[in-house]
Amino acid sequence: MPCLFASDLKMYSRVYKWIVSSPPILWVTFFLLLPYALMFAHSFWLVQNGVIAHEWNLQNYAKLFQNPVYLEVLFRTMRIAAGVTLLSLLLGYPLAYYMSFHAGIRKDILYQLVIVPLWVSYLVRGYAWKTILGSEGVLNGFLQYLHLTKEPVSFFLYSPFAVVLMLTHIYTPFVFLPLYASLEHIPRNLVEASHDLGAGSRATFIRVILPLSLPGLLAGATFAFLLALGDFLAPLLVGGPSSIMIANIVQSLFGTAYDWPLGAAISVSILLLTISLLFLTERLEKRWSYR
Amino acid sequence: MTLPVASAENAAASAAQGNVLLEVRNVTKNFGPREVLKRISLEIAAGEFLTLLGESGSGKTTLLRLIAGFEQASSGEIWMSGERLDTLPPYKRRVNTVFQNYALFPHLTVQENVAYGLQVSGAAKPEIPGRVNEALKMVKMEEFAASRPAKLSGGQQQRVALARALVNRPKLLLLDEPLSALDANLRKEMQGELKSLQRELGITFLFVTHDQDEAMALSDRIALLKDGGLEQVASPREIYAHPATSYTAEFIGQTNLLRAEIKDSVAACGSLQWSSTQPAGTALFSLRPESIHLSADGPPASDAVRFRAAVRSQIFSGSSEHLELDAAGQSLRARIPARGPLSGEHEFWFYPADAVPVRE
Repeated sequence: MPCLFASDLKMYSRVYKWIVSSPPILWVTFFLLLPYALMFAHSFWLVQNGVIAHEWNLQNYAKLFQNPVYLEVLFRTMRIAAGVTLLSLLLGYPLAYYMSFHAGIRKDILYQLVIVPLWVSYLVRGYAWKTILGSEGVLNGFLQYLHLTKEPVSFFLYSPFAVVLMLTHIYTPFVFLPLYASLEHIPRNLVEASHDLGAGSRATFIRVILPLSLPGLLAGATFAFLLALGDFLAPLLVGGPSSIMIANIVQSLFGTAYDWPLGAAISVSILLLTISLLFLTERLEKRWSYR
Repeated sequence: MTLPVASAENAAASAAQGNVLLEVRNVTKNFGPREVLKRISLEIAAGEFLTLLGESGSGKTTLLRLIAGFEQASSGEIWMSGERLDTLPPYKRRVNTVFQNYALFPHLTVQENVAYGLQVSGAAKPEIPGRVNEALKMVKMEEFAASRPAKLSGGQQQRVALARALVNRPKLLLLDEPLSALDANLRKEMQGELKSLQRELGITFLFVTHDQDEAMALSDRIALLKDGGLEQVASPREIYAHPATSYTAEFIGQTNLLRAEIKDSVAACGSLQWSSTQPAGTALFSLRPESIHLSADGPPASDAVRFRAAVRSQIFSGSSEHLELDAAGQSLRARIPARGPLSGEHEFWFYPADAVPVRE
């Protein structure tokens, strides 16, 4: 039998580890770290005579604060994202609560009904709203049929309202899923214990169920807020000029406006915002889970 | 060991006097086609420690949940202190529960857990801290007041669960296998504490367990359930000495079941014959292993039933010997004081009165 030295074994395990771990490392390096590094570098360069000059400076970041358009759009984006978050929570929480505590055998079918729309393309769902909200759309047709309006109402479509509506529709399942999971994880004997100790349904909800579902609520809210924050299709499809969001600006800066450095600076700023938000919510989630 | 008997007698006496706290009347519970409780009627006296004993699936926990209000009876009524209980929601019943896995609120501290019942039921705010402290002192957990349940051991969580249930001063405390998750030593210790706590507070305890030793050690009375029906309700001594059914006799302690033919007031089972007041026909008798004595250990009484039996096997357990006997084909279990190895055939005896007739 050939003798196997300890050093051979070490060698073998090192090679094995390298083979196993290299694909994800390469993937992350080339498709995540490198692009981020490029973006980060671009944000400190500038455009001169139609070409990107590799001269390090902070002008792009200064522009962000000097030109009120960018901040205004950023705040509008955050308002829209906050609205989407709030509406998705208002829709998602009662649904998740009902399904987890009262749906009984209807649970499975309802769960499927929530999940199935996720398989439909984002674009299809977007166009569906266009069909519903447009001047020739379903909503206007219905209102006219009821004689509530004489002419098509135009403000349904191409408004921040339409964007919030469409994004709420699309992201509510993302709020629902973590919420539902956290409600399902609440041991039912805690609810019984609460009733047993003299608490009615409302007190039990406020004192036991709500606090124990906070991690799920936070996770869902974070999903909705961040996904809505980075959205650029909804403003294009149903938003119109009055509801341009920050991602649309980035898109045009990288496209027609050909100002990659400024686009990169905005992207880096949003990235920082996102990361700090994730950091904050993760700490809160940890504090609110008691296992 | 005279105290439990005395209190059992008190409880039985007060039940007889009409000092009934809880009355279960003809309660039936179905889960779909399955009948888990079959027309249960049971009275619990004020201040009594009553144990619902049974195997898993016997319906004991279901009965407890009906009384707590977590389930609705399919038919029948439950009354407490002359008021209908089963129509009230759980949060309006003056009944509190110690859950099997404690069910402490993980997001609240020990103190907040115990205060919960007082807060939600609208106790006067200034008196809450005092009552919480008192309850925690009672279970010796004051020093953990600020801890969260996850930081506590099983035994400590158990104590907090007890304090949380008792702080509302319920008329009836329900305990759903509260000791089953603890290790043997802690279990014994907690049994003693539960019993003394119950005696001090005078609160009625309804205790659910599948452990017959625990039931014997703690209860004033035991209600034995089998397949959703009550087999027997009696004090531990009574249920051990006079089991009503063969199931009871075998479930509580060990026994020999003897199927005997009765003719002219004499019961005969193989080579064994003893006088019996049972009517003629066949009957089943329960004879406890410790009721069988070895003649060599002491002279049999004059009315004793003597028989010869071969010792098939012997297990020594310190103070006693467990014997497997063969009395002319009838196998018997006997437990006699420790006396050294036995072999071959010996004479044994028992009192006819120790062969207790039982229903199938």
